[in-house]
Amino acid sequence: MSNEKRAQGAFFQRDRNWHAPAYTPTYKTSVLRSPQKALLSLDNSISEMTGPVFGHNQIGELDNDLILNFSQNGELPVGERIIVHGRVMDERGLPVKGALLELWQANAGGRYRHKKETYLAPLDPNFGGCGRTITDDNGDYHFRTIKPGPYPWPNGVNDWRPAHIHFSVFGDGFAQRLITQMYFEGDPLIWKCPIVQTIPSEEAVRQLIAPLDMGNTIPMDSLAYKFDIVLRGRRSTMFDNRREGN
Amino acid sequence: MTQPLNYFKETPSQTAGPYVHIGCTPNFSGLNGVFSEELGVKILNDQAEGTRITVRGVVYDGKGAPIKDALVEIWQADAKGLYNSPSEIRGAVDPNFSGWGRCPGEMESGEFVFETIKPGVVPFKDGRPMAPHITFWIVARGINIGLHTRMYFPEEIDANAADPILSRIEHKSRVPTLIATQNGSEYRFDIHLQGDNETVFFDI
Repeated sequence: MSNEKRAQGAFFQRDRNWHAPAYTPTYKTSVLRSPQKALLSLDNSISEMTGPVFGHNQIGELDNDLILNFSQNGELPVGERIIVHGRVMDERGLPVKGALLELWQANAGGRYRHKKETYLAPLDPNFGGCGRTITDDNGDYHFRTIKPGPYPWPNGVNDWRPAHIHFSVFGDGFAQRLITQMYFEGDPLIWKCPIVQTIPSEEAVRQLIAPLDMGNTIPMDSLAYKFDIVLRGRRSTMFDNRREGN
Repeated sequence: MTQPLNYFKETPSQTAGPYVHIGCTPNFSGLNGVFSEELGVKILNDQAEGTRITVRGVVYDGKGAPIKDALVEIWQADAKGLYNSPSEIRGAVDPNFSGWGRCPGEMESGEFVFETIKPGVVPFKDGRPMAPHITFWIVARGINIGLHTRMYFPEEIDANAADPILSRIEHKSRVPTLIATQNGSEYRFDIHLQGDNETVFFDI
């Protein structure tokens, strides 16, 4: 409970110029799915400053090992074996402990295991594509998986998604809730992607590109990529008025 | 010259895409058996205090078509108005109630359903009571950053009129977009991303 004080304050205002705007017509699906009226600014109440937290007892031992968690009869999935690791911290640089991360991705050929997926690349019988984990006391996490492949998608006539892993992140307040995508260093498709291009600045896009991390590879086994995640920070509570209704 | 303010920037959001179910509700996507427990399916158990309610709705796009790939999460207080969160310092929450639920839109109709309880009153930061409400968070393909809104209860006429959030909405004609319709213990809360009935979304 050493971070109890920090975990009570309101969150820093979200920098809406750093994130993608809602309406981004080169990503066509956003056109009819973007609110057109101004958002109502709401200084956080208890309803936004609190949020669900999850226990290690709720997740399984192989949940962060996508190489093994769908393996059939001990056979391994096809593709580049990688470790994805990093730290979840807030805008102050403080580690976010106990943060639930959920991830999902395509297989090495760029194919998702989903009822509605129709891409012609084959499913891998030994790869599911979902995982989850909870950060430790330093905010650190790691997964083991297969590097996903790029794939075409119907937006422009010849648009391709760069290789990516989707991340869903819970902090300790519901206002921190975030879904994002991690890209891989050196992928030339990143800068051609209409979904990446929804983000206004190159600097912000670079925050989504995980560098190759030779220091955390396993020789003769797996490469490693490092992906740190920053959630909203909390304002100090030391001079706040005492909450009513206690 | 000054010292630098060494804050980090929040990681930019990206769309959840069409296959969000694989990671968040894998059984729903046909990916069975990977996770022993799917999170957010059950919000309460039989011992939870409070009035049982069902909340249903559909997320509609700007042409009035149901969005079939949305994922909806809710977050709410227990019957006494307390949150099941380490940040809750006002009292002990009902241990039989998690307060957090997650439901994908059904693949044909787009409908989401939550079995929960009616939440109690939670104070605003200045101490005024907020009317009972459920926080909603919506992601889908085409939504670049998750949308926050609230559902309020139609029978709470006086509380809604005094609610510090609802009363801040400049165009009063938009207030009903945040109020569910009721049929016994069933509430309906449809969400419209655009159009005349565009739901009020929050920058929280």
